[in-house]
Amino acid sequence: MTDRVGIVAVAQIGHDYAVDKNLREICYEVTKDILSQVEMEREDLGTIISSSSDHWQGISCSNSYYYEAIGAYLKNSSKAPEDSAFAFLYGMMRIMTGHFDTALVHAVTKGSEIPGVSTLTNLYADPFIQRPVGLDDVSTAALQAVEYMDRYKITEEHAAKVVAKNRGNGLNNPYALKERVSVEDVLKSQIMAYPLKKLDCAPSSDGTCALLLASEEKTRELTDNPVWIKGIGWEVDHTYFGDRDLLNGSLRKAAKRAYNMAGIEPKEIDVAEICEPYSFQELLWCEQLGFCPEGKGGKLIDEGVTEMSGELPVNPSGGVLSNNPYVARGLFRIVEGALQVMGKAGKRQVPDVETALAHSTHGFAGQLHSVIILEG
Amino acid sequence: MAEEYKSIKEEIHLPYKWALGPVFTKFFENFKEKKIMGTKCPKCHRVLIPARRFCPRCFVDTDEWVQVSNEGTVRTWSLVNFEYSGQVKKPPYVQGLIDLDGADTALAHFIGGIDLSDLEKVPEQVKIGMRVKARWKENREGNILDIECFEPI
Repeated sequence: MTDRVGIVAVAQIGHDYAVDKNLREICYEVTKDILSQVEMEREDLGTIISSSSDHWQGISCSNSYYYEAIGAYLKNSSKAPEDSAFAFLYGMMRIMTGHFDTALVHAVTKGSEIPGVSTLTNLYADPFIQRPVGLDDVSTAALQAVEYMDRYKITEEHAAKVVAKNRGNGLNNPYALKERVSVEDVLKSQIMAYPLKKLDCAPSSDGTCALLLASEEKTRELTDNPVWIKGIGWEVDHTYFGDRDLLNGSLRKAAKRAYNMAGIEPKEIDVAEICEPYSFQELLWCEQLGFCPEGKGGKLIDEGVTEMSGELPVNPSGGVLSNNPYVARGLFRIVEGALQVMGKAGKRQVPDVETALAHSTHGFAGQLHSVIILEG
Repeated sequence: MAEEYKSIKEEIHLPYKWALGPVFTKFFENFKEKKIMGTKCPKCHRVLIPARRFCPRCFVDTDEWVQVSNEGTVRTWSLVNFEYSGQVKKPPYVQGLIDLDGADTALAHFIGGIDLSDLEKVPEQVKIGMRVKARWKENREGNILDIECFEPI
């Protein structure tokens, strides 16, 4: 059994390239990219874990369609549906069993092919109580935003600043949306669900990414620039929206587990890749990750702490606001966090990163949260 | 110029039928009498809406049906102003979480009785803490939409 699990290689394909390709083709390409980086053959892979969703793909047993494209033909493989951070955790656990010394972790979503984010997420709601009253991804985030703004005097401008920052960062990311937007653009964009305007909401993107996990010994054999998984934590909140405290959900608990496991404090994080499908959520999640006191998310963005030049850059990649392949977006955060630790993040690289935090969320307004801490 | 690749389209229709079971059946049957009933946890003493067989926190059977008020307070709200396929209502509409008097959990539902002719003015009309009351449908069928909406008192 291995003491530590390392990330050896990462690969990703962004929206512009993926949009007119067949899902199997992009899955194949991202897998070949990983294999070529480590000079491995398909046969050398230990286990393969993928994340996708039947109804986001429109094909039941979604992974069965592209199973072969991720090198899984007649191999040991499994799927973690809906939130790709779980595929990462599953892959890590499989290595820790001692059965495998490598795990390819993969995720894919083609957001351009779906009936619509709201159409699909309204189906997340139960058909008895919550679906008939129209709960969906956007409206539940808006319900959370109104409460957040009211309690802590967070403004629409604060939220718009997050969009301007992340879309600006996205210009440096070859896999993200390439269109700068200003605070004013956000505030002037059409109301989707008050207080969320169109530009406060993430796009629906196509994308696939993968990473290779390995046991400690195998990691050292495959790379001289490893990234180690130092801490993990995840928590889930209640299914009934009215049972939840929307401003104090499961993220604090997930983060505490991850920090405790890593043996570090939030102030030791050098860079964070956070899952913020709605602008104001970056502020709320930053509070709950311990980057600032409760209710001070607005001050955090006002003071520029989370800018590329700030003390704790958040979402150098542009985040989910610049790239939202829904199911895959959590694994994209981990891939970006790993690139920062490797020092291979190109124009979006934060200097001297030793410790990175990656975060994923799924369900209505942060029902499920995962936190992963990576170190060099 | 790059070659243009093609795509195919298909619509999938999937009819389901879901059993309400004893608790939801009783919960919705009471709607016909304009009554909203929760179930009470014997351990934490919370009255849970919607009614349910067990308390998710204490993981014990709820043991008492308790009628809660048709009136309550808006915990939070939103104005939905975009369209999507399969949407339950034509936008714009207002949604909210309502803390009914006598209940310890909130109910998600529509908020009606709001002038939507100028969307900019909706935030002046709907407020957190606003008191609202259930508006019942005339012909009630035993489902969540027997309550048309909650409207300001």
